[in-house]
Order: sequence, then C-alpha cells, then structure tokens
Amino acid sequence: MPKLITQVGCPYCGSSCDDIEVLVSDDGKKVLEVHNACTIGNNLFHHANDSTRPMLPRKRQPDGSMKEISYDEAVDYTAKTLLAAKKPLIFGFGSTNCEGMSAVGRVAEKAGAVLDNCASICHGPSFLAIFDNGYPSCTLGEVKNRADCVVFWGCNPMHAHPRHTSRYSIFPRGFFTQKGQMQRTIISVDPRVSDTAKLADIHYMLNQGHDYELFDAFRTVLRGHDIPDEVAGIKKEQILQGAEAMKKARFVMIFFGMGCTHTDGRNHNVDIAISLTRDLNTHTKASIMAMRGHYNIAGPGQVWSWQFGFPYCIDLSKGSHAHMNPGETSSVDLAMRDEVDCFVNVGTDAGAHWPIDAVKHVKKHPFITIDPNFCMASEISDLHIPVRIAGVDEGGVVYRMDNVPIQFKAVLKGLTGVPSDEELFDMIYERMCKLTLTEPIWLAALEHRKYPSVVS
Amino acid sequence: MAEILIKNGFVIDPTRKIDGDVADVAIKDGKIVDTVSSAAKVIDAKGKVVMAGGVDVHAHVAGPKVNVGRLFRPEDKLFKSPMAQKNGYRMESGFSVPSTFKTGYDYARMGYAFVMEAAMPPLFTAHVHEEIHDTPIIDEAALPVFGNNWFVMDYLKKGEIENTAAYIAWLIRVTKGFGIKVVNPGGTAAWSWGLNCLSLDDPVPYFEITPREIIIGLMKANEYLGLPHSMHIHQNNLGNPGNYAITLDSLKLAEGIKPKNKFGREQVMHSTHLQFHSYGGDSWANFESKAKEVMDYVNQNKGITVDLGCVTLDETTTMTADGPFEHHLNHLNHLKWCNVDVELETAAGVVPYVYDKNIKVCGIQWAVGLELGLYATDPNRTFVSTDHPNAGPFIRYPRIIKWLMSKKAREATLDTFKYKDKVIDATNIHSMDRELTLYEIAQMTRSGPAKCLGLSNIYGGLAPGMNADVGVFDLNYKNMPSDPEMIEKAFLRAACFIKSGEIVVRDGEVLGHGHKNTIWVNVKMPENPQVMRDITQSFTKDYTVGLSNYPVRDYLAPHPFVIDVDVEA
Amino acid sequence: MATVTLKPTKTPTIMFEAFNITPDAFAGKTPAQIAALEGREGKIKVTIGDFFEVSGSPGATAAETDIVIAGDCSRVKYIGNKMTAGSITVNGNADMYVGGWMKGGKIHVKGNVHSFCGIGMEGGDILIDGKAENYVGCAYRGDWRGMKDGTIRIKGSAGNDIGTFMLGGTIIIENNAFIHVSTHAEGGTVIIKGDVEGRVGGQMVKGDIYILGKVQYMLPGFKKIEVVEKEVDGVKGTFDHYIGDLGERHPKSKGKEIFANLYVKAAA
Ligand code: SF4
Ligand SMILES: [Zn+2]
Repeated sequence: MPKLITQVGCPYCGSSCDDIEVLVSDDGKKVLEVHNACTIGNNLFHHANDSTRPMLPRKRQPDGSMKEISYDEAVDYTAKTLLAAKKPLIFGFGSTNCEGMSAVGRVAEKAGAVLDNCASICHGPSFLAIFDNGYPSCTLGEVKNRADCVVFWGCNPMHAHPRHTSRYSIFPRGFFTQKGQMQRTIISVDPRVSDTAKLADIHYMLNQGHDYELFDAFRTVLRGHDIPDEVAGIKKEQILQGAEAMKKARFVMIFFGMGCTHTDGRNHNVDIAISLTRDLNTHTKASIMAMRGHYNIAGPGQVWSWQFGFPYCIDLSKGSHAHMNPGETSSVDLAMRDEVDCFVNVGTDAGAHWPIDAVKHVKKHPFITIDPNFCMASEISDLHIPVRIAGVDEGGVVYRMDNVPIQFKAVLKGLTGVPSDEELFDMIYERMCKLTLTEPIWLAALEHRKYPSVVS
Repeated sequence: MAEILIKNGFVIDPTRKIDGDVADVAIKDGKIVDTVSSAAKVIDAKGKVVMAGGVDVHAHVAGPKVNVGRLFRPEDKLFKSPMAQKNGYRMESGFSVPSTFKTGYDYARMGYAFVMEAAMPPLFTAHVHEEIHDTPIIDEAALPVFGNNWFVMDYLKKGEIENTAAYIAWLIRVTKGFGIKVVNPGGTAAWSWGLNCLSLDDPVPYFEITPREIIIGLMKANEYLGLPHSMHIHQNNLGNPGNYAITLDSLKLAEGIKPKNKFGREQVMHSTHLQFHSYGGDSWANFESKAKEVMDYVNQNKGITVDLGCVTLDETTTMTADGPFEHHLNHLNHLKWCNVDVELETAAGVVPYVYDKNIKVCGIQWAVGLELGLYATDPNRTFVSTDHPNAGPFIRYPRIIKWLMSKKAREATLDTFKYKDKVIDATNIHSMDRELTLYEIAQMTRSGPAKCLGLSNIYGGLAPGMNADVGVFDLNYKNMPSDPEMIEKAFLRAACFIKSGEIVVRDGEVLGHGHKNTIWVNVKMPENPQVMRDITQSFTKDYTVGLSNYPVRDYLAPHPFVIDVDVEA
Repeated sequence: MATVTLKPTKTPTIMFEAFNITPDAFAGKTPAQIAALEGREGKIKVTIGDFFEVSGSPGATAAETDIVIAGDCSRVKYIGNKMTAGSITVNGNADMYVGGWMKGGKIHVKGNVHSFCGIGMEGGDILIDGKAENYVGCAYRGDWRGMKDGTIRIKGSAGNDIGTFMLGGTIIIENNAFIHVSTHAEGGTVIIKGDVEGRVGGQMVKGDIYILGKVQYMLPGFKKIEVVEKEVDGVKGTFDHYIGDLGERHPKSKGKEIFANLYVKAAA
C-alpha cells in the first residue's frame, strides 16, 4: 500500500512550506504523487529518487578521472586534508539540516577553518545591516493575519518563492485580514515589471542602483520635510502617495530581496530599509523581513550564532576565539586574496554560483564537495562525497525565512550506505581526533548522540 | 559511577539548617549518600565552603531572542572572547550573550547546576531545545510564555479556567516546557498593533481582556494543574518611573490564591526581576528607589517569591518578550533594535544597553536591586538574578553576592559614581548596614529557588538522595576575607564542582562535560475535546506551521528528566 | 628615538597577521626577542622573524620607538594594531587593518593600503601616500562607536564606507571616493578633495563633511540652506551648505534640532 505522508516540509525555497502531501511507494523508495507544492517543489520531490544519484564517494585520479572509493577512504582523505591546510574554507549549507550545521562546527573548530554559508554571496549584506541597525521583524503568520500594506522591495516572490504570496503575504485570508488581497495595499519596488510588480497597487520603477536614495526620500517625507521633485527616477507625488499608504496602514510589512543586497551599497540599502521600518513604528506597526533564498539558509545563521556568536564568515583559525569581518573573512574575498588553501563545498554549487575567478583561486588547492547530487562543483572537485537529502531521505530542523524552526520529516528511505551530513561530519571529526591523538568532544554522553553511529 | 567523598569542608545547607558545620559530603552514583566505601575519591575541602549546586530561577540562555542578541552584536565578541579553557573544549564566545558552550562552562565554573530559561516562545520550541542540547554540563528547563497567547486570552475572557488549564497542559507537554511564564500580560499582545497595556485594567485590543484578568486566570490555572512551579510573571510597565504602584497592585492579586501541588511549593506567584519594577518618581529627573515599599509587601506575603534582577553596571544586551518595552527603550538610547512578533503567541525585543556608572539613573537602578536583597526578611523567597543578560550578564552573580555580603564593597562602588550624592539621595543603599551571611546567600541561590521551582527534592541541598551537585568554594567560613574581592573571586571560579556525581570543575577550570539533563513537565490530564478542536482549527486557519510539526520531537531533548503531574478530572 | 628596521625576507603564503608589529610590543626588547614575537598565518603560529629580518633596537617605551619596514607588506595585516605611541613607516604597501583601534603615535605607509585602515581608531595619525580600499576610519561590525579621534590622511583615492559611525577625528581623502561617506556618523569631519559618486551623509546624525569636488548623486534628505566661504585643509573656497540627513533622527539643543553639515564646493 502506498503511504500518504502529510505536513511534509518542502526543501527548496525560503518559504519552507510544511503542508506538502507526498504519496510514497510501498517500499518507501519512490515518490508517487506530490500535492500542495508549487511546480518547483513538485519537481524536487519527483526527482529526489533519481536512480542516478551517487551512492559512493568519488576521488580524482592522477589521470584526471573520478574513481569510486569507500566512505572510509573519503573520510580519511578529508580529515587529513583539513588538518594539513593552514586555513581551510568550509562553505555552503544551502541544503543541509541544522543537525549537519551543528556537526560541522566541531569539524571547523578542529580544522582551524573559516566557516561560511551561502548568505555570504546572497543575504550577507542583510546581516551587516542587522549588525548595525537591528531587525524589527515578525513571523510570517503575523503578515498573514495582520498586514494590510505589503511592500516587496527588490524581490519577486511570484517567481522565486511561488507560494509565499498565497501562504503568507498577498492572498491569504488571515484573522484580521478576512478579505485577503482586497484588504492589502501591495507596493512593489523594482526596476523591472516583474510578475509581483504586475500584482501591485503601486509599482515604483526606480532607476537601478538608487534604492538608498528612494528610502531616504520616504524617510524624509515621513519626518515632514520636503524632497526634490524626482528621486531615483520617481516623481515626488508618487513618493508622497506611497508614504501616505504606509502611514495609514495598520500593519506595514516590508519584504526585501536581492535587488537591495546586490546593487551598490548593498548592506546600506537594507540598513536604511530598517531605519524606515523603525520610523514607521512611530506612526503605525511595521515589520521587515529578508526574502531568504533556500529552505534552511537561515539555519546556519542560527546554529553558528549560538555556537560561535556569528552567523557567517567565521574565522576559527585563531584557535582562541572566533573572528568575523565580512570583506575580509567572507568566502569570495578570501578566495580572491588567496587566503585559503583548502576548500570544502557543502550542499551548494560554488562551481555555478561563485565568480569564475574565485573558483579558479580555490582550485589551486584541495577541493572537496559534499552534496547529494552531481553538480558543477562536484565535477571539478578532487573528492565528491554524497550524502542524504535533508527534507527527502533525512529529516531534521530547518529555519524558515522568518527564523521559525520547522521540523522536517524524511519521506523516503535513505540510499543504503549513504550517510546524512551530520553522520558524515561526525565521522570526519572522529577521524581528525584519531589522527591528532585527541579525545573527541561530545557535549552529551556518546550513547545519547542524535544518530546511531553505524551507518546502515 | 565512582564514589566521591568531600571531606572536612564548612557545609552550608539551609534545607537541613546546617550553617558552617565541618562535615563530609558523600556521593555515589550521581546522588548524595550517607556513606561511601574507602575506595571513594577524596576531595579535601578543609578551610573551604561546601554548598549544593546553584539554581538559577530566571535567565535568558537559550532560544530565538538570546540568539538574536548573539547574532546582531559582533561587537559583544570583539576583544572580549578570550578562551578560558585549554584545548579539548569547545571555543567560547561573547560577553553579555555568551555562546551556548561558554554559557555551560561559565555556569559550571560558578558551581551552578540548574538554569531556567525564562521565556520560551512556543512556536520556536525546537530552537530552544537545540540550544539547550548544545549547552554543556548544566541542567536546564524552559518556561513557555502564556500571558499574551490567543487561546489563553480567549478562554479566560469567557472565564473558562478548565479549558485554559487543558490548553496549558497540552502546550507544556508538546513544547517539553516546565511551567507558566507571563510577560507583560496583555501588553505584548497589544504590541502586535504597536500598542501596550500600562495599567492592570488596560484592555487588550480585540480580546477585550485586562492584564488583571490574565494574571488571576493563569494563577488559577496553574493551581488547577498543580504544577511544580507557580505562575512566573514579568509584570506590566517594566522599567518606568513610578511603576512600583502597579507592581504592588499586581503582587496583591496573589492574595486570593492558594498553592496546590505535590512538590512542596508554597508560593502562587513568582515575580521576576523585581528591580525593574520598584521605581518611584514620575520622570527620569525625580526617579527614585521604592525597594523598601515593594519588599515590605513581599516580606509579609508567603504566597510570593521574587528574584532581584540586579543591575551590574556593564554594557549588556536587553532582551525580553516585552516587545513594547524594547521599542520604548530604543527610543531612549537610539541603538539598534530587533523585534520578533510571534503569531498568536508572543513577541520579543532586543536592544543593547550600557549601564554607565556616570549616569544617575543607572546608579539608582544598581542600588534598587541590592536594596531589595538587603530588605528581604526571608532569603528563601528572594533570589539572586540579573535577569541575564538584561541587567547584566550572569557571570556577575559573584559580584552581586559580594555587594550583598559587604557594605565596604557597596561603598567602594558608590564612590566610583559620577553622581554619587544624587544616587544616595534617591535611594537607601548608603544607610543600609546589613551584610548577608553565607547561609543567606545559600538560601538565595540554592535552597530558595529550588523550592520555588518545586524541585527541592533534587536541587538546592545536600541531603542524601538529592542530586550530587556540590560546589566547593575557596572561602574560610570561620575567617572570612577582609577584602570583599575575594568573595567574588571564590564564587566566580569554584575550587571544585561536582555535577551529577562527576567532577566537572577543578580550580575554576572545566574538566569534563558531565551529564546534562533537560527537565520538563508532563502534565497528564484527560483529553479535552473542545480544546483539541480549537487547537486543530487554529492551526488550520491562523498558524503558518502544521500541527503535526509543532510538538518538539524527542530526539531534540535527548537527556530528559520528566516530572509527571497527574491532574484528576 | 630608537629605530627598529624590519626587512621582509619571505612573502607569506596565507596572510601574515602581524598584530605585534607595534611600538608597544617592540619597546624594550632585543632584535631576537622582537623576531620571536608571535603572529599567525592561518592556524599556524608564526613569528615576525619568519618573515622579516630584524635590526636596530627599540626605545625603552613605545613613545621612544620608531619602526621602519623596509619593503612591501601587501600580505601583512594588522600593522600598528592598537598602538598607543611611537611611529611605524612602511616603505611599500600594507594589507588590511593598518592602524586598527590605534590610540596614539604615527603611521606612514608610502604605498597603498587595503581595507579597514584606521578601523575603530581612537587617536594618533595615519598617513597613506597611495590609495586605500574600503572602510577607511569605519566602526567594527555592529559597533555604534566608530572612529573617536585622530587623523587619517589618504593621498590617493578611497573606496566605499568612509567614516561609518564616526564620532570624532578627521579623515581626509585627497583624491576621489566611491560611495557612503559618514553613514550613521554622530560627529567628526570628513574632507574629500576629489569627487564622490553619492550617498554622502546618509542616516547621518551629526558631524561635518566637506566635498571639494563633485557629488554625482545628492541624497534627497539633504537641504541647501546657505552659501558660505570656508577654508578647508588649506584650500579656500565658496561652499554650498546643506543640512541633513533630514530623514534621520537628530538631537535637540535648546529646543533646536542639530543637523549634520555637508559643504559642497560651489560650481565656479
Ligand atoms: S513555495 Fe518554495 S517551499 Fe513552498 S512548495 Fe514552492 S518551492 Fe517549496
Ligand atoms: Zn527575563
């Protein structure tokens, strides 16, 4: 009998929808049907049981080819490489559960590595802004139940977070928003006419790269001062109209995306957006939220903050203390400046997402990829170690874009012999301890560790 | 497990009225016992004080807002995170909001065995338990917040104590929580619309219930269930001049309620970080201490326990489920401000704060906290805390003990104030000569909080059968040092600390990771179909997470110590 | 005054974190002791002697000690970190954090510097003959207490984020700067003798900015109130005086709001 598993979490975008229903074959190895998910989520589950998924690590040979090796050998190579490097970089975690992120902390500490995640190349500037100005935010349920003015600044959820608008931000009928979209004023700030912009009541088609000026204009107007007739390509009347709409609303929600974090001034665009949110709170209720990309990319920011005090770009090479200063300890900067001599790419594809020059720099040194699937990075690596897929054949905690922890379920039986991220990192850690003749530090008694220590 | 014998120390154990007798403490299999064999490992405590492991009734050590405090304050780590440990331990980070590793290590170094995470937003339960899991050595529990919860407000408005209790029982069970925390009742719910409740009779928008009704209702529900701990409240109008009046009014609400439980608990209300609630004056200009007025009332009423919330004059990070307060605070100091409103449940705010000894108000706040402790006539109902990290980091407890035990130390601090005379005018601290004894300190940090939490059969004393959590401190009971700094030093770094029967600290250094437990309360009561229907409906309509993903899974709290509470129908 | 000379002998493979290259650390030591001072190359503990030949001798105190680095320090970080007195001269480039958290003394780099020059500075003088990358005289991440005092002079150009969260002191950029000058500042003076692309004084509470070249994009929160004659770093001229950032909060003094000042050289 196929089994219907309900309230499954979707391991794709930052909406982290946990209302997916998956029909799984009798033997627990095949996804038969997927309900409630958007097209992206749907595809993800259907391809999860791809029979071509790698089941063994592969190591590059002297002749350039890749050869399958045992997990034991792969763990040994990784442990030795990390120990030998002066400053290894461990980067990624776009598709890892928190258990894996926690386990890698131990490895990174032992290796004196820099620990960084994908935020470094997407929402890192948001962290910088949060450091400087705070983050008045809320959970997505607050948006659904209360928000009557929703601003999408430099983001296009209709494309990147398909169900965001129906579950949380535009369409849902919430407790105090029974009329759904009818009750909400939607504002889009985007140089392009995106699908989200098309839905908006007000669309600001600003000049690319001038977000900061437009934010400053809103703030200036809200404090009762005059502004020039045109700012960032937007007419003063239009700015006044938007400011009035926000002031009059009972609950203003500002979502921002890569349009803010990937144009000049990056963190400052977010920083002044936060200032605007603070200002609005003297008039009404207002909140702000980053449209985080992956289903658990908020995870490393949480796990590593409680372990090391920093969300990303964490330099553990000093041994005595953790150091963080993006611009210096950020992955791409480290790579470009030849400050690292070993690269471990985990649950992301640095090969595809990094600037090509930065990839060339790290390619001069040992390059290891830990990922369930083949990707560009895995194919240029010296070693590729496959793991289970968090959210498909491995459960675990993930943090949604509003930092709400969601306990994901596994829907499929894991591939035989393939470990989870957590199991793999613990094996690497144990091997590093053996090689250095040190006692491993398990915070909890060994018998209480989260996973059975033998990989089945 | 090995046997241990702590020999010849000055034993201080208020649970058995032992005050400085030279005696041995025997340990076997993680428990205190009467005798051990000659094979026991001997620890020489001659000339040193021996006490039970410390019990912290209220600190913010794990969970989303604590982590926001870590995340958004890199400067709290800059040049402030020396590794105190040799290799073989996890890295330590942070000053006012330490990393989980540092939290566990630092509490252990101070000889603390148990810490209560004081505010757990139910929706974020998995996060709280993940952090507790990564906090070594110390036992922990967490109090879910209820004072602004939609279900609670809805049931209480209709006067339905039984349904309120059934909901609470369910929530404590699915969150693996410990009891009922209330933060700014009604006020935080109002904050969802940018408002607040500053008096006991300010109605909550939409719910049309008042803080007074919420407080009374939750006390009743608590006793209906017979939980180990009482309702634990952070009152309305925190931090504002003149708030002692509402504080007294709220405390008086305990008068009509009788404790009902099987855990030896006598109070029905625990009023937390009282320092923040004991202010007179009507502006910052005539701001003054009302510690005496507040403590006079507390002293007379056995139904109330309190913790101090002492200001330690540090740069720290304030964090509370009192969302509107943090918003208000950031208008005063203009520093960065984080806020999280949590659907249907609560909110939280986080703002850095510098308690500067050159600022008059900070000096007065410092005095208020200590005055509360010095006016206490029942140290078994008055506990040392800083509302960590709000009034200061927990690593300052030894400093607070020093101030409470030494007038000389208090005067030395007063002398460093820029507005010393104004602080003296607005407070009573300068005229107070009382110096607390080690016995009273043991009551305020061990036996008292353990009893208040309903855990007095496990923690806070050294009677046979109790957990073998024992601290040895380098203080000579018969010949106390004339330099008060030595008191702080002794309590900051225990000479020896045994947790669950294992030596985890020696000469102030961590030696092992011990046996950590997560303690939670399993309230068993017959299923209430109406409440379950309401919960199911609300998760379908109002929440954004699925009901089946809400209860925290067992593996996230891997070393549970479960306290069963049976509620008869 | 006594001089210690460091002659580079080897280029670090990973960056050399030389937080001990300060008059404070050198004072009273023998060359051998100086060569043995610790630093880091990644996770490896290294010494100054691993990368430099040390000669000469320091004074008894930092104030009596001059350090000359006779060569390139492109891969050396933290030169002059937290120094309180004395001087350092670098006859070449230097990497990040030159004069970081510096309290006193002088640093002169004859080449270029990388980012975070003068971060968290509290006093002293920094002179850079070449150009600087980003974050000149900025605050450390998250800190609202940026540069408090002292002077930084960059003879070349500088990148973005100059004087972020600045509270006092002076920064002079003699050539062009990119964007974000005195963002969030609550004091201090920034003088830019060349052009700036924009975002000058955003979220600024208090303090002064002088732009002797052009500002390509002015912020809408700045309002022109007058034209004034001023002498700035030896240059006399007519300036348009703006106040702002009108979108930001401002303190009040005697009932009047105090704004930040932006002086932009008037078109000739
Ligand atoms: S919106 Fe995102 S999380 Fe939800 S189903 Fe689509 S891809 Fe998955
Ligand atoms: Zn508290």
